[in-house]
Amino acid sequence: MKELRLMKGNEAFAEAAIRAGADGYFGYPITPQSEVMEYLMAEKTHERTGMIVLQAESEVAAINMVYGGASCGKRVLTSSSSPGMSLKQEGISYIAGAELPCVIMNAVRGGPGLGTIQPAQSDYFQSTKGGGHGDYRLIVLAPSSVQEMADFAPLAFDLAFKYRNPVLVLSDGAIGQMMEKVELQEQRPRLTEEEIIKNTPWATTGKTANRERNIITSLNLDSHVQEEHNIHLQKKYRLIEENETRFETFQTEDADYLLIAYGTSARLSQKAVDIARAKGIKLGLLRPITLFPFPTKPIAELANQVTGILSVEMSAGQMVEDVRLAVNGKVKVEHFGRMGGVIPSPQEIVEALESKIIGG
Amino acid sequence: MTEEIIIAGFGGQGVLSMGKILAYSGVMGDKEVSWMPSYGPEMRGGTANVTVIISDERISSPILSAYDTAIILNQQSMDKFESSVKPGGILIYDPNGITRHPSRRDINIYSIEAADEAASMGLTKVFNMVVLGGFLQIKPVVQPEYIHKGLMKSLPVRHHGMIPENEKAIEKGKEIIKPVFLLN
Repeated sequence: MKELRLMKGNEAFAEAAIRAGADGYFGYPITPQSEVMEYLMAEKTHERTGMIVLQAESEVAAINMVYGGASCGKRVLTSSSSPGMSLKQEGISYIAGAELPCVIMNAVRGGPGLGTIQPAQSDYFQSTKGGGHGDYRLIVLAPSSVQEMADFAPLAFDLAFKYRNPVLVLSDGAIGQMMEKVELQEQRPRLTEEEIIKNTPWATTGKTANRERNIITSLNLDSHVQEEHNIHLQKKYRLIEENETRFETFQTEDADYLLIAYGTSARLSQKAVDIARAKGIKLGLLRPITLFPFPTKPIAELANQVTGILSVEMSAGQMVEDVRLAVNGKVKVEHFGRMGGVIPSPQEIVEALESKIIGG
Repeated sequence: MTEEIIIAGFGGQGVLSMGKILAYSGVMGDKEVSWMPSYGPEMRGGTANVTVIISDERISSPILSAYDTAIILNQQSMDKFESSVKPGGILIYDPNGITRHPSRRDINIYSIEAADEAASMGLTKVFNMVVLGGFLQIKPVVQPEYIHKGLMKSLPVRHHGMIPENEKAIEKGKEIIKPVFLLN
């Protein structure tokens, strides 16, 4: 039976990870996502499901513990916030190179540097364009509610194992700290060793006499072999683009203008749509749920219908570049956002639409 | 029905937990709710506030710049939030510690001597429940039965013995809230 609770986004993500049958969490505390590890530890997961929760000595250690756990076919995850995510990038690049499944959650705060602890969306480039070195992509899920924080934990594990690719849940301080009603899924049992060996034949589960040695590495000294690996990775990313693009639209059927926003900005933008509609402006909203793959096609289609698009982000304008690529010059595309942990009001969004798109 | 509320005061006054009990009561009454706190440095001895939305419909933005009701429990919060009450909305405040009283004349203003009442009950901790009672008297957004369930859900089991005191404080709050300025 499904269970209804009032939870913070961070807590809902943690609880959903337990219920998704996670084997291990490795992390290092940082505001605004420390509730994830606090919650997991308070739940005594080692007694509840056998899940291991470990506070590592640093973010770097935590992501390498994830590498180790994932190499063994375990369902492992970590979480952090922006400065901590920068530290994890080397490990994430290795995980992507070695094609290991894992889940990473970033509760974004204002940057650069230590910045602020308030919510921001200024890690879009880092999240969707690689982040670490080398040609790689993460699957990026952008929750905009506490319910999605809960729903995306099992979804992220499923996608990670389906594609042998790290999945990033790109949250922010607001989604992590707010409480909403959440319906929790039933507990999935953790996989047994036998099930892991059967489901993930590539994992380092201990060599048996009847198979080749499994080697997990991101190193290829032969450049031609590395290029073959790169071609394989790129094929996988194209397949992900084909199969896994997710988005949601609000009131776009008759829209003359369009907002594009994800996460917290999408919630603010939804209210902005209501305010604009009350003023007689036919405004709609497209909310990307996956940031990689980006919903390029539906945006290109809507560009045939609307006369202007405003990308609303809590950053100096990052996703707006992907929106412009999708629109390809068909209509005007502008950005509106606040920075440094400041959250724009829905009213401000409508004013920006009026000045930059309708009147601009 | 959608009720957009800001509760603001000092850290330690029970602002966040009052919001949580209200939100949980909303959940028990099958409403949509959101609870968005200020977090970080503001909570550590400084001002604390929480936005609570209770609605029959899916909630769009959990972050607002205008509120149906502002519950104000210190001077800094009065300075910050008096102007953000929607015209025709409600401002509830505890005059204890307030040096500049609200001056708007396009909203309904109520005062509640909750700190004094909690002190005379000998239970300063139930201050926030006195305030909650006052609010519910003016805006019964959730039924009393759901408030009881909300208390059960949001208080840790080891504090369930305190629920009768909390409910008594809510009842007191309903009795002692009084109008300061009413429209019409």
